[in-house]
Amino acid sequence: MQEHDTAWVRTEMALAQQAPAGVRGPIAWVRKNLVGSVGDVILTVLGIALVVMILPPIINWAFIDAVWTGPDRSVCATIAQGGTQPDGWSGACWAFVNAKFGQFMFGRYPIEERWRPILVAILFVALLVPLLIPRVPRKGLNAILLFLVLPIVAFVLLVGGMFGLPHVETQLWGGLLVTLSLAFVGIAVSLPFGIVLALGRRSKMPIVKMLCVIFIEFVRGIPLITVLFFASVMLPLFLPPGVSFDKFLRALIGFSLFAAAYMAEVVRGGLQAIPKGQYEGADSLGLGYWQKMNLIVLPQALKLVIPGIVNTFIGMLKDTSLVIIISMFDLLGVVKQNFSDPNWATPQTTKSGLIFAAFVFWLLCYGMSRYSMYTERRLDTGHKR
Amino acid sequence: MKHIAIGILGAGALGLMASAASATTLDDVKAKGFLQCGTNTGLAGFAAPDDKGEWKGIDVDFCRAVAAAVFGDGTKVKFTPLSAKERFTALQSGEVDILSRNTTWTINRDTALGLNFVGVTYYDGQGFMINAKKLPGVNSALQLSGAAVCVQSGTTTELNLADYFKANKMEYNPVVFEKLEEVNAAYDAGRCDVYTTDQSGLYGIRLTLSSPADHVVLPEIISKEPLGPAVRQGDDQWYHIVKWTYFALLQAEELGITQANVEEMKTSDNPEIKRVLGQEAETKIGTDLGVSNDWVVNIVKAVGNYGEMFERNVGTGSPLKIARGINALWTKGGLQYAPPIR
Repeated sequence: MQEHDTAWVRTEMALAQQAPAGVRGPIAWVRKNLVGSVGDVILTVLGIALVVMILPPIINWAFIDAVWTGPDRSVCATIAQGGTQPDGWSGACWAFVNAKFGQFMFGRYPIEERWRPILVAILFVALLVPLLIPRVPRKGLNAILLFLVLPIVAFVLLVGGMFGLPHVETQLWGGLLVTLSLAFVGIAVSLPFGIVLALGRRSKMPIVKMLCVIFIEFVRGIPLITVLFFASVMLPLFLPPGVSFDKFLRALIGFSLFAAAYMAEVVRGGLQAIPKGQYEGADSLGLGYWQKMNLIVLPQALKLVIPGIVNTFIGMLKDTSLVIIISMFDLLGVVKQNFSDPNWATPQTTKSGLIFAAFVFWLLCYGMSRYSMYTERRLDTGHKR
Repeated sequence: MKHIAIGILGAGALGLMASAASATTLDDVKAKGFLQCGTNTGLAGFAAPDDKGEWKGIDVDFCRAVAAAVFGDGTKVKFTPLSAKERFTALQSGEVDILSRNTTWTINRDTALGLNFVGVTYYDGQGFMINAKKLPGVNSALQLSGAAVCVQSGTTTELNLADYFKANKMEYNPVVFEKLEEVNAAYDAGRCDVYTTDQSGLYGIRLTLSSPADHVVLPEIISKEPLGPAVRQGDDQWYHIVKWTYFALLQAEELGITQANVEEMKTSDNPEIKRVLGQEAETKIGTDLGVSNDWVVNIVKAVGNYGEMFERNVGTGSPLKIARGINALWTKGGLQYAPPIR
C-alpha cells in the first residue's frame, strides 16, 4: 500500500475545460466588442440605429419595390409621372437594365452577330480560369494561347470581314465589350512593356536609359484624357485626307502606352528593393544580363510589387470609362447614353442604371484584388513579418 | 488673319479642306455605299438609342432622309456619335459627310469654321421651367423676380440668363452646378424654383422629375437657338442635296404627303404634288440635283414628312410631348417655310 502525506493526490491529468462562460461565446464577444465601455455602447447604438435606418429602405428600393421587367417607362413611373405605379412609389427600375442589357454588354454590336463577342468571352474565360488556378498544368501553353492566340482569334471574330463573317466596325462596339477589350489589351501589353522600360531606365547604356526616361516621364506628365483627345481629335487633322485608322485602335494604343509608363515605375520600385548582393551573386555565378534578370532579379522584384501591379490594373480598368470623351462608349458610357432614351426617362432610371454599372465594376475590381491577395500569400517566401 | 482668331484647330482643318474636297462628297458617298452622319452621343428626341440600340430622333431621321434621297434607301446610313468638342473637326476632316447634331447656327460657325448650315430643322431657344407649387400664379418669365434659378455653369445658358434678368431689371439667385445631373437633382429636390436650359431639353428633364405635373414650361424664349444640319464648305452640289432634302420634308407636309399615302399621291391630279414627287413627264428636278427623280418619294417613304418626323420623335407620338409652336409650318403660324420645288 502506498502511503500519502496528503489527503488526496490526483493521479491523472485533469481534462482541459472550457473557458468560463463570461469570456467565451457570442455573449462575451458582444460584451467585449460592442458594450465594453461607455464609448462603445454609444457607438454600438448609433451603428445599429444607422443600419436600421438605412438598410430596410435600400432593400425595399432595390428588391421589394423594384420593377424587373416591362416594355417602357410606364412601369417605372408613378401615375403622376405618366406611368402605372401608385403615387409615392419608389423602387429600382431594373426593367430599364433588363431592356438595355444587350446594349450594356455589347454596345450597338448588331444583334444577329452578338454570338461572336459571346464566343470570345467563353474562350477568354476558358483560357483565363486554368491560368489562374495554380494546380492546373501546362501554364506555358495556356499563357501562349491566352496572350498570343486568343487576341488573333478575338480580332478575327469581333472585327470580321473574313471567313464569311460580316465586318463589324469598332464604331458599333460598346459596353462591357469595350471596357474589357481595352483593359485586357492594356494589361497584356503594359506588363511586358513596363518591365522592358523599367530595365531600360536602370540600364548602364546612356541612350537606352535616356529614351526610357523620356518616354516614361513624358507619358506620365500628360493626363490620359489628353492622350485620348489628341488621338481622336488632333491626329485626323495631321493625317492626309482619306487616311484614317480606326478610332478604337488609336484609343487602344494610347491606352496601352500610357499604362506601360505607369507599370514601368511600379516594376522599377521592385527592382530597387532587391539588395545589391543579389546582383553581385548572380554576376559571380557568371550569369549574363538576361539570365541574371530572368533567374534572379525579376522573380523577386515582381513578387514584391504584386500589389502595385494589381493597383495599376484596377486603375486601368476604371480608366476605360474616360474613352467617353472621344465618343466611344464603355459600360458606363452606354449606360449614360441610354439615359437619353425618352422611352425610359423616369426619376428611377438614372439611379438604377448607375447602380448596375457600379456593381459590374465592383465585381471586376474586387475579383482582381482578391486574386492578387491570394497570389501574394502563395508566393510569400521569406518576407513574412 | 482670321486663322488666328479661329485657333489652331480650325486653321489646321481649313488647310486640309482644300484637299479633302477634291472628289465631290456625293461621289464619295456613292462609292462608299452609305452616308456617314455625325450625331449627338445621346439627347432625348434628337438622337438616342432605343431598346435594340437603333438610333431614334429628329437629327438621325434627317440623316436617314438624306440617305433615302441619295440611295433610295433610308437605312444606308452609319452614325458617328460626336461630343460637342469633336463635332466640327469630324466634319472638317471628312470623318462624317453631314453633321446633324443639334448644332446652333451662328455666323462664326457658318463662315470662320468652314461649315455651311443647310437650314433649321428645329427652332429651339432657352426657356424656363418653374415649380408651380412654389411659385403659384406665375405664367410669365417676367414674374420671376427674386426667384432661385438652377443653371449649369460655364454655358451660354448662364450668360443669357444674366442678360435677360438684367435687361428686365429683375433680381435672381443663381444656383449653379457643373454637371447636368446635379442641376436636375437639385431642381427635383426643390433647391430652386426655376430651371433654365434649352426648351427642348426642359421637356426631357420634366420626364425625370418625381412630380412632373407640378412643373410648367413658361412660354418665353430668351435666346435664339436655331438647330440645323451642316455640311462642309466648298461642295455646292452636296450642300444643295442636303438643303433640298430638308425643304422636301417641309414641302411634303405642306402638300399632305405622308409615309402612308405617298404611293397613292403619286397618281394625284394636283400638278404641284406630281412635280414634287417627280411624276411629271420629262422632269429633271431630281437629276439636276444629282439624285433620282423620285427622290422625294424615297425620302417620305423612309422617314415621312417633317410633321411626322417631329411628332414621332419629340411631339405627341413621343414621351416628350413638345408642342409644334414656332416649328409649325408657315401656313400654321410657324417658321418652317420651304421655297417652291419647281
